[in-house]
Amino acid sequence: MRLPCPLCGDRDRREFYYQGHAVMLERPLRDAGANAWDDYLHNRDNPAGETRDLWHHEAGCGAWIVVTRNTVTHEVLGAILAENAKKTGAQA
Amino acid sequence: MRIAGRGFNRSARAVTFTFDGQSYTGRAGDTLAAALLANDVRHVARSFKYHRPRGVLTAGSEEPNALVTVGVGPKQDPNIRATTLEIYDGLAARSQNAWPSLKHDAMAINDLLSPFLSAGFYYKTFMWPKSFWEKLYEPVIRHAAGLGALSGETNQDTYEKAFAHCDVLIIGAGPAGIMAALTAARAGADVILADEGTAFGGRLLCETYDVNGRAGEEWAAQQLARLSDMENVRIMTRTTVTGAYDQGTFAALETVGSRNPHAPKECFWRIVAKRSILCAGALERPIAFPNNDRPGIMLASAVRSYLNRFGVAPGEAVTIFANNDDAHRTALDLIDAGVTVACVIDSRTDAVALGDYRLVAGGQVIATKGRHGLTSITVRDANGTHDIQTDCLAMSGGWNPTVHLTCHMNARPTWSDDILSFVPTDGSIPNMLVAGAARGVFSTLGCLADGIAVAQDTIRELGLTAPQIDTPTAEDSAYRIEPLWQVDGKGRKWLDFQNDVHVKDIALAVQENFRSVEHMKRYTTQGMATDQGKNSNVVALAVLADATGRGIPETGTTTFRPPYVPVAIAAMGAGSQGHGFAPERHTTSHKATLDRGAPMMEAGLWYRPSYFPKPHETTWLEACNREVAMVRNHVGICDVSTLGKIDIAGPDAAAFLDFVYCNTFSTLKENRVRYGLMLREDGHVMDDGTTARLGANHYVMTTTTAAAGQVMKHLDWVSQALRPDLDVRVASVTEQWAQFAVAGPKARDLLNSVLDRPIDDENWPFMSCGSVDIAGVQGRLFRISFSGEHAYEIAVPSRYGASLFRLLTAQAEAMDGGPYGMEALNVLRIEKGFITHGEIHGRVTASDIGFGRMVSQKKDCIGNAMSQRPGLLDPEREQLVGLKPVEITGKLTAGAHLFVDGADAVSENDQGYVTSVCYSPTLGHDLAQAFLKDGPNRHGDHILLVDHLRDVQTLCEVCHPVFFDPTGGLARG
Repeated sequence: MRLPCPLCGDRDRREFYYQGHAVMLERPLRDAGANAWDDYLHNRDNPAGETRDLWHHEAGCGAWIVVTRNTVTHEVLGAILAENAKKTGAQA
Repeated sequence: MRIAGRGFNRSARAVTFTFDGQSYTGRAGDTLAAALLANDVRHVARSFKYHRPRGVLTAGSEEPNALVTVGVGPKQDPNIRATTLEIYDGLAARSQNAWPSLKHDAMAINDLLSPFLSAGFYYKTFMWPKSFWEKLYEPVIRHAAGLGALSGETNQDTYEKAFAHCDVLIIGAGPAGIMAALTAARAGADVILADEGTAFGGRLLCETYDVNGRAGEEWAAQQLARLSDMENVRIMTRTTVTGAYDQGTFAALETVGSRNPHAPKECFWRIVAKRSILCAGALERPIAFPNNDRPGIMLASAVRSYLNRFGVAPGEAVTIFANNDDAHRTALDLIDAGVTVACVIDSRTDAVALGDYRLVAGGQVIATKGRHGLTSITVRDANGTHDIQTDCLAMSGGWNPTVHLTCHMNARPTWSDDILSFVPTDGSIPNMLVAGAARGVFSTLGCLADGIAVAQDTIRELGLTAPQIDTPTAEDSAYRIEPLWQVDGKGRKWLDFQNDVHVKDIALAVQENFRSVEHMKRYTTQGMATDQGKNSNVVALAVLADATGRGIPETGTTTFRPPYVPVAIAAMGAGSQGHGFAPERHTTSHKATLDRGAPMMEAGLWYRPSYFPKPHETTWLEACNREVAMVRNHVGICDVSTLGKIDIAGPDAAAFLDFVYCNTFSTLKENRVRYGLMLREDGHVMDDGTTARLGANHYVMTTTTAAAGQVMKHLDWVSQALRPDLDVRVASVTEQWAQFAVAGPKARDLLNSVLDRPIDDENWPFMSCGSVDIAGVQGRLFRISFSGEHAYEIAVPSRYGASLFRLLTAQAEAMDGGPYGMEALNVLRIEKGFITHGEIHGRVTASDIGFGRMVSQKKDCIGNAMSQRPGLLDPEREQLVGLKPVEITGKLTAGAHLFVDGADAVSENDQGYVTSVCYSPTLGHDLAQAFLKDGPNRHGDHILLVDHLRDVQTLCEVCHPVFFDPTGGLARG
């Protein structure tokens, strides 16, 4: 499996560390309340189909990226820097 | 029996090898199976379960019977298929699963006991008593049933792994694969052509077909030469593509050096292809007739392979039994080679002889004889039954396309009534097309044309221009077959030869209501051996369909998983044995440390010294106690380079640190150091360490050795994904700096003996930092202490680390000091009440370790919100305490649990647990760090330490965790 690092190009999956769903980019405010924080930390959808998740190019450039992929077909549909996803709300 | 003048290796040199200790001669290029058959060795194995005598069934990697062991001791390699193993001088192969010998196998009694050993027998038989399973039943079964064994010694063979990328991977180099490769290569695509054989040509090597007017094998060699000359083609012989995975990734196993002791034995490839073409051909299947497993009974295609490719006749009087035209081709080839064809039995009533041989049309083989090898068969036709003397029976129940790889990503093949077998379902593997016999195109001309056509489609998909290629001339006979799966008659009709499954086992599965194909497979173990039922699955399905009154398409099929052929774990993990298992990180003092005889311990990937033994010391504890006293009284040197060092720079560096640490760093003055506590977002402690402010916008953070990678990843995460608004850059500099602790009352004196400008207490107070020069080299000095002593850490660029360590230790020794290792470091920090990841183990909060007030509520930080959850602030939580034994000799152990004295030592009464212990030479007794419910309010109480594993019980006094110098005067002084 290869992931398209926006900085390095297609790289082997073993260079990356997997984090989880890209919802982690949407960190609640400090006083958002227990439910919002519980949701942010613990609750995740498990979609059959397209999903966006976070990977760290740990053995590469060190970039955190948002990868869009399909959990059914295993197709990797694209990736953008987490930094850009956060700044612009862009989707991979 | 060898036929003079026949076989492609007819003029090859003689090769001597042994089988079961007996010496034989073969020809270079022979497989072991071919060479054994040439020497009239027919009985080569005992079967898995019933220990029945077995011979060679096939001539390829699908072989279920002829498995042998090669090599001895660490090089012992079991379950090698004799049908693919090339012989070499000195090869010593042995039969398996037989004792005392292949001919006289004591376990052959199992065959007589077979009525008691039917499918599912161990589910029913070995039910009770439960304890007997592990001690009696399993060892007995494992001894009785089995294939070859490993020696149990560490493998000494070398393996390799490699990676390749291409536009088009072509799997199989028969007529379809060769034409596909020529077509793709002509279009300019980057092509890899892989085949498991030693030569290219597929069935052309085993048949007597012509292509373009030349003998098939000559034509194949000619095309291979053309392909080899093309720069955009890579040829991989002896390479089996074993699996198809996501994104066009394929696994492949290359046999490299079984004949060359200096080459790796096998190479495991990962090949990434934009497009792939499967040209894996087809495999012949047997017919299930009574006792169809005697040595001498083999597939008709195998008989032609041995005859045409190796010049070996597997018998002197050959009979042939088939439901298709292959029977007749086999007869014609044998007659042409001068081998007697005793009879051809064709189950089709309208069969016509194509040459001068005896034909029984509409006949079936209903019995066979011969204990260690076939001697005769009984044939039944419309006129009754009669016996025929024969030592080799060639059978063919038809051909199954090699669909395996197309099933590796969950697709199932489709039944074809035309060829009475499964063909690949379109789109089974993304970007893979199938050509030739692998999709049921069986004539040579059909395969050649299909290879071109499919490659043209592939080339167009790649956006290249498909070249026009002329199809060579070749035979184009129709594939004529009538269904014949099993024959009525007395005796077991074998399906899965490797797992000893026969027709009645399937009937039994159905009778016991294991009617679905997946249930039948598991109940009978059909197709679950190392050959994955390559020969037998389709026949078994047909038998199941028959027994359940369904058609084969309704019955469905089991699927195939990778790998296509067995792959040694050692090949997949090539390079990962021994030192290759994990990278080793060495500090700059590594060599000097080893020179001093220090035993090394692993800290993550790092290697650090346990202690530095003196000649008279006999135990680690002696050395450790000495080193502790040395630091407390004089001065010690310890390499602390393994701690993570992260450089943090930028206008927003201070704001960034305030966000990742629970305490505040923006208020830290330049040239000062502060202890920092980092939380996870869930409010638990992630890591701790000191961070120094080197300049207004420049900090260097230290992490624990264990969490360096995790913290770096975390800082990347926060800076890039959570706070891209902050202008800050973080970089790991762990490898760039060698850093040494200099600890003890004489620490400053020692430093002043090596620094270019001396330091004093006024300019270098506790928790200060800054630049220093050592022999002209610019370094960094931090006045910090992990021992409670007056101490520093001095860092220099790594290239000066080895020199500085030698310099520091030499100076220390001149002052009654010296280097100290991890054991002493651990004692020093426990005495002083400092924590490590033994304590911050992922489930503790800042308040659990007594640092609750460090979580600043004046700002947000990672973990701030969740750290204030009521459950994490509960005073009843287990919190950090020190423990000392009430009796001075009392023993403390890490991992022990704490109970109120007198309470039952059961989990309901658990009060806490011990995380770190040491013997303190400074205080003269054991010390521990522990987590105890409401611990800070129980100082002075007694608590019982119970270690159920080591059977230790010690009454302890609960203490403040800082035992040594509680006021901190020494570190400041």
